[in-house]
Amino acid sequence: MFLTRGYASDSGFVPQEFSETADEQVLVADTPLQVAGREDETEPQITVAGVLVNALKGAVADVQDYAMLCGRTMVTLVTPPYYLQDVLQQMDSIGAGSLPIILLSGFFIGAVMVLQTGAQFTRFGQTSLTGDVVAIALVRELGPSLTGLLVTGRCATGIASELGSMLVTEQVDAMRAMGTDPVRKLVAPRVIATLLTLPLLTAMTDFMGLMGGCVASVFSLRLTAVEFWRRAIDALDFADLMQRFTKPFFFAFILATIGCYKGLTVRGGTQGVGRATTQAAVLSSVMIIVADAFLTKVALYFADKLF
Amino acid sequence: MTSALTSSSDSGPTITFEGVRIGFDGRDILRAVSFQVQERETLVLLGETGMGKTLSLKLAAGLLRPSKGNIQVLGRDVSGMAERDLLAFRRQIGFVFQEGALFDSMTVGENVAYRLHEDRVKGDEVELRVREVLRFVELEHTMDLFPSELSGGMRRRVSIARALINQPSIVLYDSPTAGLDPVTSQTIITLILRLRDVFGVTALLATQRLQDGFALANFRFDAASKRVVRRVSNGNAPGEARMAATRFLVLRDGGVYFEGGQEELVNTKDEYLKRFLV
Repeated sequence: MFLTRGYASDSGFVPQEFSETADEQVLVADTPLQVAGREDETEPQITVAGVLVNALKGAVADVQDYAMLCGRTMVTLVTPPYYLQDVLQQMDSIGAGSLPIILLSGFFIGAVMVLQTGAQFTRFGQTSLTGDVVAIALVRELGPSLTGLLVTGRCATGIASELGSMLVTEQVDAMRAMGTDPVRKLVAPRVIATLLTLPLLTAMTDFMGLMGGCVASVFSLRLTAVEFWRRAIDALDFADLMQRFTKPFFFAFILATIGCYKGLTVRGGTQGVGRATTQAAVLSSVMIIVADAFLTKVALYFADKLF
Repeated sequence: MTSALTSSSDSGPTITFEGVRIGFDGRDILRAVSFQVQERETLVLLGETGMGKTLSLKLAAGLLRPSKGNIQVLGRDVSGMAERDLLAFRRQIGFVFQEGALFDSMTVGENVAYRLHEDRVKGDEVELRVREVLRFVELEHTMDLFPSELSGGMRRRVSIARALINQPSIVLYDSPTAGLDPVTSQTIITLILRLRDVFGVTALLATQRLQDGFALANFRFDAASKRVVRRVSNGNAPGEARMAATRFLVLRDGGVYFEGGQEELVNTKDEYLKRFLV
């Protein structure tokens, strides 16, 4: 049994005895200001419990709708028809479009890590350890999550505002009216494109981070580039790479589906689009961080058991 | 448009609403709405804003589901159909949205060709058919423009062209003349008349402007002279045999307030209805 959102018949707002057929309808007034047929309705009483229950119902309905959208998206991923051209377009916009910010941010994050940790290592005369630190922190953690958050800022918001604008200008309805499933045409290509490009973007962040770390080590800690790279590569084992390869897929799914969900559930015109865009950014960022914690725990568990 | 539009062979009602109820946010918009649209008939839905005109059209196209009641379109139960079947079914219906709802990332030509691309129609045929419908709405020259480069009236016409590309037997118009100047409105009405009289389209037309409805009831498009001419009678004259009447339906407070022909509406004693006639 699914929840229906604030519908009249569920809230008891409309009296049951109200006539069901047009013939029986009683017309009460003929003046412009008086509205006929609604005189026997009563205003619902506002109570604290009522507000809380409604908020809870709204939250549950949100989760339910989101889960349904995810489910329908999954189905469209494995059944034809596919919109390959849309997938390529989205890959260009999400993947290639995000590249500059990923390259720049990745480089400077790596450099900052060396600068911050270098001072500590210098105290113990172990500056060569910076390679280990940058590699492990970037590959296990910062690479996937930072890329996820940066792409969220750029793309989840973009997706939400684009789909939201399409929704308020009835383009989504027009699509449905012409026999196209919006989940298949709009949601699936964005999800596929993000799933395919985010792992690649993460790889770019990792690489640029290590490059940044290398440059900073050479110039501020007087390490040689060869030493930095050797330590960095030696520090990584298979378990680290497993985290590196699984996390981006989850983050990609989260940011793309939340962006689409928020876009397709816009209410209240252009103002609603703005609100949905903000919510998409906030919600997917938070969800990525939360998911990161759980994924790390799971990955560590498996690393412990398997490797 | 070379071939005649396909329409259902049975002579029963094309669209039937039975006790339809729908609402949002704790308020019913339609409570118990029942009406029928016969084949080749034009039913003009009148009502103030928020009375459920657009909602009725969306219900008829299966874009929304009623919480109660039954909707039959072309002999199929739209209210109970699965979304997957509805997607295929909707290809038989043309929907003209209020603001046109053109895809703003596509050119006019791509917008009109959208359905054909979906059906994997070959490139040459797509071009041919798109040019044909765009010529029908007299906008062939705008093919490579984007919707943002068109005027409001032109966008509506492209929207009509897009709805026609599949040669539907039913067209649903959502306030096709809203916010347009009288001259542009006239162009749109002429298009609707042409569709009705040349291709025999069944139409459900939501509007706030009664004069649109009267224009549909009083005029017809003469295919021979390619001009709009005054109708001699409401569908009874020999030359107008295959034309169905235009009827009016006024929605008010969730129900059908009035249903009938033009004469009844014009001669009404009801104060509320008279407000539409001013």
